[in-house]
Amino acid sequence: MESARHLFDGDETVRRIARLARLELDDATLELLRRQLGDILGYVEQLDAVDTTGVEPLAAAGEQTRLREDGLRIALDPGAHVRNAPDHSTGAFRVPKVL
Amino acid sequence: MDVTTLTLIELRDALRSGTVTSVEATRAYLNRITAHDDAIGAYLTVDAEGALAQAAAIDAARAAGQSAGALAGVPMGLKDIFLTKGLRTTCASKVLEDFVPIYDATVVERLRAAGVVVIGKLNMDEFAMGSSTENSAFKKTHNPWDIERTPGGSSGGSSAAVAARLTPGTLGTDTGGSIRQPAALCGIVGLKPTWGRVSRFGVIAFASSLDQVGPMGRTVRDVALLEEVIAGYDPRDSTSSQREVPTGLADLPRGADLRGLRVGLPREYFPESGLDPQVSSAVYAAVEQLKALGAEVKPVSLPHSPLGVAAYYLVATAEASSNLARYDGVRYGHRAKADDLYGLYARSRGEGFGLEVKRRIMLGTFALSAGYYEAYYRKAGQVRTLILRDFEAAFSEVDVIATPTSPTTAFKLGERMDDPLQMYLADIFTISCNLAGLPGLSLPCGFDNRGLPIGLQLLGRAFDEPTLLRVGAAYEDATTWHTRAPAEPFVARAGGAA
Repeated sequence: MESARHLFDGDETVRRIARLARLELDDATLELLRRQLGDILGYVEQLDAVDTTGVEPLAAAGEQTRLREDGLRIALDPGAHVRNAPDHSTGAFRVPKVL
Repeated sequence: MDVTTLTLIELRDALRSGTVTSVEATRAYLNRITAHDDAIGAYLTVDAEGALAQAAAIDAARAAGQSAGALAGVPMGLKDIFLTKGLRTTCASKVLEDFVPIYDATVVERLRAAGVVVIGKLNMDEFAMGSSTENSAFKKTHNPWDIERTPGGSSGGSSAAVAARLTPGTLGTDTGGSIRQPAALCGIVGLKPTWGRVSRFGVIAFASSLDQVGPMGRTVRDVALLEEVIAGYDPRDSTSSQREVPTGLADLPRGADLRGLRVGLPREYFPESGLDPQVSSAVYAAVEQLKALGAEVKPVSLPHSPLGVAAYYLVATAEASSNLARYDGVRYGHRAKADDLYGLYARSRGEGFGLEVKRRIMLGTFALSAGYYEAYYRKAGQVRTLILRDFEAAFSEVDVIATPTSPTTAFKLGERMDDPLQMYLADIFTISCNLAGLPGLSLPCGFDNRGLPIGLQLLGRAFDEPTLLRVGAAYEDATTWHTRAPAEPFVARAGGAA
C-alpha cells in the first residue's frame, strides 16, 4: 500500500490525531511529534513487504479466556471510589458543566 | 553478618532459623537505601515506618508460633506500577503523582500473604514506556556498575535496586523486554513468564495483550521462588491461565547436567551489524558452557523476528492509547483547570503525560484511526501470527532458544533520548517473545571490557518456565558471573578499556 508518511508532511494529521487522543499539545511538541511519527511510520512500514495473505491476526497469544460466575460482592470500602478524585460530591465525580 | 549480602533464599532461611529478625533485615535494607540511593536513585517512595511496623508484626507472629509464609519477614521494594493499598503509586507519572491506591494488586496481595514486608516503590519509565528509565517524571536511576549509564528499562529501578543490594529481590513487568533488558544491563536474573501465568489485576496497564509480571533477583533460584509465590489463576484477571502452577519450581537440584536438552541458536539474533561483538562472544561462550553440560546445540531460524520491533510499536501503542484513555482528570489523577469537558480531558492529559507517553498515544491513536486500522494495526497482528508460527516450528526441534538479551551493554544516560527509534531497538531481541506470549529468562553470562554485565536470554515454550529455570540453574551452578557485585561506593567508571 501507499506510504502514509506524507500525512505527516504538514501538521493537519498530527493536529487531528492529538484531538482524537484528547491531548492538548503546544506547537513545539506538535512539530516534534509530526517529525518523529513520520520517521517511526517509515520504519514500521517494513511490514508492508511481508506477505500476509490469508493470515489471521493474533490479538493475544493466551489461552481461551474463561469467564467466572457473575455475582454480587463488595469490591471496595464505602466511599473509597472517590478518595482519589480531584473533585467529588455526595459520592459522585464532578466535572465542568456539560450542557 | 551483613544480611543484605544474602540471596533471597539465604535470607528466608536466616529468618526461618531465627538468625536474623525481620526488623533487623528491614532496618539493614533501609540503612543501605539511606546510604546509597542518592547515588542510584532506585526508590521513588520509601515507607520506613510502615515497613518496620509490618516487620515487627511478622516477628511477633513468628515468636508466638504462628505459621509463617514462604517469604515471611523478607523486606522488598516493588516497581511503582503495582498498586499498593495505602502506599502512593505513581507509575513514575505526574498524572498519578498523588495517587494512593485503595486496594492491592493480586501479586502484592500474594507477596504480603507470603510474609513480604513492602519497604517502598521503585522507579521506572513512565507507564513502563521506555528502555532506560529516563522517561520517569521524577528522577533518573543510575546503573550501579557505572552510574553514568542506564540501568535499562522500564524496570530500571528494580534492576538497579537488586544489583545495588537495595532489595533482596523484586518484581517487574515486561511488555517488550522491561524485565529482561534491565536485568541484563545490571547483571541480575529476570524472568518474563508466559502471558497469562501471573495475574495483572492491580497492575497499571500499558499494553494488555503483552504485559506480564515477573520476578527479578540475584540468582535463578531466587527468581524461581518468587515465581512460585506469584504465579497462578486469579478470578479477577480473566486472561490469567487456569493451568496448575507446577510445584517445586524452586527445588532445582545443584550441579545438574543438561543431557538430552536441545538448545536452538537462531541466526536472526546474531546479526552482522547492530550487535556488540563482546555481547555475541559472551553469549556464544555461554552456549559452549551449555554444551559442556551435555546439551545438544543446533541452529534454528525465526525469520520474522526482525520484524518484531515494527509490529510491537503498532500493537503496543494501539493498546496503550486505549488503556491510557482512563487518565482524564475525572476519577483520579492530575486535573487541569478548564471550562468545558473536552478542555478538562485534553489539558489534564497534555499537562500530565511526559513526551514518550504522548508519542505512543499519538502513534497508537493513528494506528487505530479510520482508514489506517487495516494497514497498520491489523497488519501488525498478522505479522504477530507469523512470529508465533516461527517459534512453534523452532520448538518442534529444540527445547529452549538461546540469544543475547540486549544488543549492547548499558548505554550512557542521555545517549538515546533524542532518538526514539534508536531507543526502541534496545528491545530488538526481547520483543518477539512478548508478541508470541512465551516465557523468557535473562541471566548474567559475562562482562565487557568496561566491566559492564552481559545477559544471556533463554526462550521457552508456553508455560515451560520449569525448563527455563532448570537450564538457568544448571548454567549458574557451572559459572560465577552471578556472584560478582558492583564496587562500592557506586561511581562512574570513566573510560576503562576502549
